[in-house]
Amino acid sequence: MAIERVLATEKAKAIINKLRETHGELIFHLSGGCCDGTAPMCFEKGEFLIGARDVCLGSVHGCKFYMASDQFEYFKYMQMTIDISKGRGSSFSLEIPLGLRFMLSSRLLDDKEVTQLLPVEMNTNI
Amino acid sequence: MKYPKPTFKERYENYIGGSWISPVDGQYFENISPIDGSKIAEVPRSGKKDIDLAVQAAHKAATRWAKTSASQRSEILFKIADRMQKNLEKLAIVETWDNGKAIRETLAADIPLAIDHFRYFGSVIRAEAGEISDIDADTVSMEVHEPLGIVGQIIPWNFPILMLTWKMAPALAAGNCTIIKTAEQTPISALILFELIGDLIPPGVANIVTGFGPEAGKPLAQHPDIKKVAFTGETTTGRLIMQYASENIIPVTLELGGKSPNVFLESVMDKDDAFLDKAVEGLVLFAFNQGEVCTCPSRALIQENIYDKFMERCLTRISAITMDDPLDSDTMMGAQASNDQYEKILNYIDIGKQEGAEVLIGGEKYANSLYPQGYYIKPTVFKGHNKMRIFQEEIFGPVLSVTTFKDQDEALKIANDTTYGLGSGVWTRDIHQMQLLSRGIEAGRVWCNCYHAYPAHASFGGYKKSGIGRETHKMMLNHYRHTKNILISYDKHKLGFF
Repeated sequence: MAIERVLATEKAKAIINKLRETHGELIFHLSGGCCDGTAPMCFEKGEFLIGARDVCLGSVHGCKFYMASDQFEYFKYMQMTIDISKGRGSSFSLEIPLGLRFMLSSRLLDDKEVTQLLPVEMNTNI
Repeated sequence: MKYPKPTFKERYENYIGGSWISPVDGQYFENISPIDGSKIAEVPRSGKKDIDLAVQAAHKAATRWAKTSASQRSEILFKIADRMQKNLEKLAIVETWDNGKAIRETLAADIPLAIDHFRYFGSVIRAEAGEISDIDADTVSMEVHEPLGIVGQIIPWNFPILMLTWKMAPALAAGNCTIIKTAEQTPISALILFELIGDLIPPGVANIVTGFGPEAGKPLAQHPDIKKVAFTGETTTGRLIMQYASENIIPVTLELGGKSPNVFLESVMDKDDAFLDKAVEGLVLFAFNQGEVCTCPSRALIQENIYDKFMERCLTRISAITMDDPLDSDTMMGAQASNDQYEKILNYIDIGKQEGAEVLIGGEKYANSLYPQGYYIKPTVFKGHNKMRIFQEEIFGPVLSVTTFKDQDEALKIANDTTYGLGSGVWTRDIHQMQLLSRGIEAGRVWCNCYHAYPAHASFGGYKKSGIGRETHKMMLNHYRHTKNILISYDKHKLGFF
């Protein structure tokens, strides 16, 4: 059975739905470094320029999920789950005005699960 | 000594054009103290209309401000420093309550460094000059500096007043007007700072707008009248800022974090003396500001033949870290700045355990009996290897990842095996080794036999994905101004082409 690289909790899906009503199609891009690093940033599709070195890890609740390829080196064997938490992020991510923040939890997959992971896509949607 | 909890007004406003202005749409948001999870006050939830107002106010002030003499601007920066000095304790207490960090740090580092920074830029603009060159006997070239105009500055939450100062002092010194957007988590201290210093600055020259990134940060970064954007934060927003800047073809400076290696060579253990004691503290500085520092020495690389003995001393020192009341000057470590930051750090501690890293100390939240609703995490040390996520990603918390190396070459290889290059540390008694390693490490700052010192007259900035441009040091002035070349001919004769 194929294993998805990125999942979302029901609470996170509800917020994605709410944001989609206001903003239309959405994507996620995982940040790196500094104050709000390694946080899934949620943008309107087309707002953030996906680069040639961004990796698409699949779709989560209808949103493509990207991260920089050098960062992906350390996420290859992880399954991530987007959750939602109360809090304030400092970034341009769309959920911030709601007083909420998308969070990422990770699970290290075992050797068998790794072989079942869905492949990633490079250079898509450009 | 225990300091009192500060008192706040119910509600604050934006500082625009020298006045306190309510947000156009009348919306506010609550600012929460991470110390006890309580509400501090309401601050404006600003949007594009408020940014437009601030830009208009800056526009009115810009021409006159750009023509002030260096001595006038210098005098204003000195007055700001003096006013802050007189109110140091007040500012330190507010900063601690807004951000969560221990009062000993705001009293001894954040506010004094900010004061010194204003004095530094007030000083260097009096002493610097442009350049004149004789191109030939009849031609003189003059390189003249001119301010950019109105700049946008987006401040992070980890050192709210100090990072505001790092950006505002050189911008004003160079003759620019600025629109500052404070961080969502820590909007208050900048407003209180401006209650104290606002009257010293001509109206419109410095404006403070609070709000959320997508609503206030974005229109600031995209505004066609903004001539430069300075941002400290993570890589995704950094890329967006560059993207917006490309729409207006304006420069950016970005400071985007790090995963700084702190390298301890065998010679540190040659003697049991003051230097060894300093090196031990050098490792424990990962806990400074609860690890919420872009240059946090979050990877300790220790030569394998001294690892056991050196680490034993370090762990003893870490276990002595006190963290009960951030407002008590004996407390060494305070609260993480926000709930989501707290959750993220706990997620990383979980990842480290899943990846098989060994927890040497900490590894869990800290139950603070005084403030059970605050966001406290025990200083944590993992032993693992450099390919683990906890060695590669900036956790921005009091979490140290430790590994060992055989020799100098391996130390350098591990130190540079990261996508970032902001800070780094080298600890050795061997000066030749110090030279080789400090030149070999790919980072904008290499602390040699010290760490976490931030003098104004030393440049700060990143290699690799840690950013673009520098902060601090007088070279920063050139990130806030144009160079105009005036080419003068004293030759009365024509070229002869036409």
